[in-house]
Amino acid sequence: MDFLNALVALANFVFIPAIAYGSQLALGALGVTLIYGILRFSNFAHGDTMAIGTMFTILVTWGLQALGVSFGPLPTALLAIPFGIVLTSLLVLGTDRLVYRFYREQKAKPVILVIVSMGVMFIYNGLTRLIIGPGDQNFADGERFLISARDFKTMTGLDEGLALKSTQAITVVVAILVVALLFWFLNHTRTGKSMRAYSDNEDLALLSGINPERVVMGTWIIVAALAVVAGTLYGLDKSFKPFTYFQILLPIFASAIVGGLGSPLGAIAGGFIIAFSEVGITYAWKKVLTYMLPESLEPSGLVQLLSTDYKFAVSFVILIIVLLFRPTGLFKGKSV
Amino acid sequence: MSGGPYDDRGNHDASITNPRGMAEDDPVHAGGHEHPAPGGPFLIGEAMTGGYGRGADILHSCTIAVDRGEIAVIVGPNGAGKSTAMKAVFGMLNLREGMVRLDGEDITELTPQARVRKGMGFVPQTHNIFTSMTVEENLEMGAFIRRDDISDTMEQVFDLFPILKDKRRQAAGELSGGQRQQVAVGRALMTKPKVLMLDEPTAGVSPIVMDELFDRIIEVARTGLPVLMVEQNARQALAIADKGYVLVQGRNAHTGTGKALLADDEVRRSFLGG
Repeated sequence: MDFLNALVALANFVFIPAIAYGSQLALGALGVTLIYGILRFSNFAHGDTMAIGTMFTILVTWGLQALGVSFGPLPTALLAIPFGIVLTSLLVLGTDRLVYRFYREQKAKPVILVIVSMGVMFIYNGLTRLIIGPGDQNFADGERFLISARDFKTMTGLDEGLALKSTQAITVVVAILVVALLFWFLNHTRTGKSMRAYSDNEDLALLSGINPERVVMGTWIIVAALAVVAGTLYGLDKSFKPFTYFQILLPIFASAIVGGLGSPLGAIAGGFIIAFSEVGITYAWKKVLTYMLPESLEPSGLVQLLSTDYKFAVSFVILIIVLLFRPTGLFKGKSV
Repeated sequence: MSGGPYDDRGNHDASITNPRGMAEDDPVHAGGHEHPAPGGPFLIGEAMTGGYGRGADILHSCTIAVDRGEIAVIVGPNGAGKSTAMKAVFGMLNLREGMVRLDGEDITELTPQARVRKGMGFVPQTHNIFTSMTVEENLEMGAFIRRDDISDTMEQVFDLFPILKDKRRQAAGELSGGQRQQVAVGRALMTKPKVLMLDEPTAGVSPIVMDELFDRIIEVARTGLPVLMVEQNARQALAIADKGYVLVQGRNAHTGTGKALLADDEVRRSFLGG
């Protein structure tokens, strides 16, 4: 019984939140890794692309809610995501036209584009705050729980409750669908293969008649879609605040680098590694240990390795360890 | 492209940038059009002068051409601009003077990808396959501009290079040097080009594989496809050439039929080792 209680507590406080968070990071890291693999620079504006994309989704969600449209038990935001993707695609394509294309034509080295993306980051960041404000926005509606802690307790008779938020379930399901779609696209469609070819060897792609501008456009649209989905899922699961999206850039980059920049599979693995480490290290293990250990060994403290305030330090440390000992990441940072 | 305001000043930090597979050439910009220019050989780069970026000229009024049903071979010492001349014909660098004509049209202003659509196929000397993609995907990318069924052409390539059929699901980067060259040539053949340009197709392969590749190239040329080829093994290449060009320092030094060049005393002394 104690063992079951420990497992349930672990699932409730570590596994489920980490899987949901990991999926969100994985989606974000996929966007970063695609830009790195195909457009060849680290896009520091990705966090704020997620923010501004989520903002579009929220605005459309509010519009739909005002019109009385709802998605039954599911959050209305899911209906708004396609609109968010279209608007964000237009925004990033416009940015590419106005900003990045100039540097491509000058044959600027990728490191210049990294700095350019920081400029874009500040602009997006400012735009988001200007339009929706810097504060917290709540836009989740529909059923809140698939299983609430109390229902679980009465169902099983255990002392520990297991809550499964609907947003967590949606996050995982949507993430699986999006990732499957992305891999299918990259490996089985003409455009997807041309993107991989461009990533592998630009000059040869040109010699094969692949139009680089089309590849760049396709990449931005896919990255915009990933950013909006990741951002909206994160916002639904936690809450939307522009600054959080700026901060989430660090774990996202850590995920992409741990997995190996340029490797989509690595981005997903990296997302979960970062999420599980972050949640695991900031979780107070007292409860689980109390169930598992004999009474004499019961911990007196919280057994929390790091306060949640320092959760970003976890990404940082993992990032540094990986860069020191395996700079190409777990999946060898192959091009996409 | 060193120097200039958009250079990285020696920063090659691969944790934020991905230089692998980045474009090195300076292709013709989009927006140009072809113009009718009747007469002359099927493909000709005429009086080409130019170099990379804003750098010094490498080609000096250099002319290379190939006509229907012919094999034209470009030979010359290292650094003679042979590869540069090929790239110039394909629009991989901007010409300052001269023009490129294909099948009665002036295509000097066209981008490389537009030239592919015009029926040109090019196998560069290095980095001529997509290493992370399978052999089959390499061939598919070769046929990127085609919207029709490519399976027949792929079968033809597999007939020409049977080993590729066995390795079709393998990443091209895992193949041996000779097999890679076969993938590279096969990729270029997938568009069903009207003219094939090969830049040292036998570079870095063993003599046996080299003979084999030569045989295959002759086989391709016998189907009536004009072949313009740069080759290190001058003697062997000129022996099969209908037309030969000897380049020295970006200029035409000698031009003639393959046999005439092989028989020419001066060419023999300076380039063929006696």
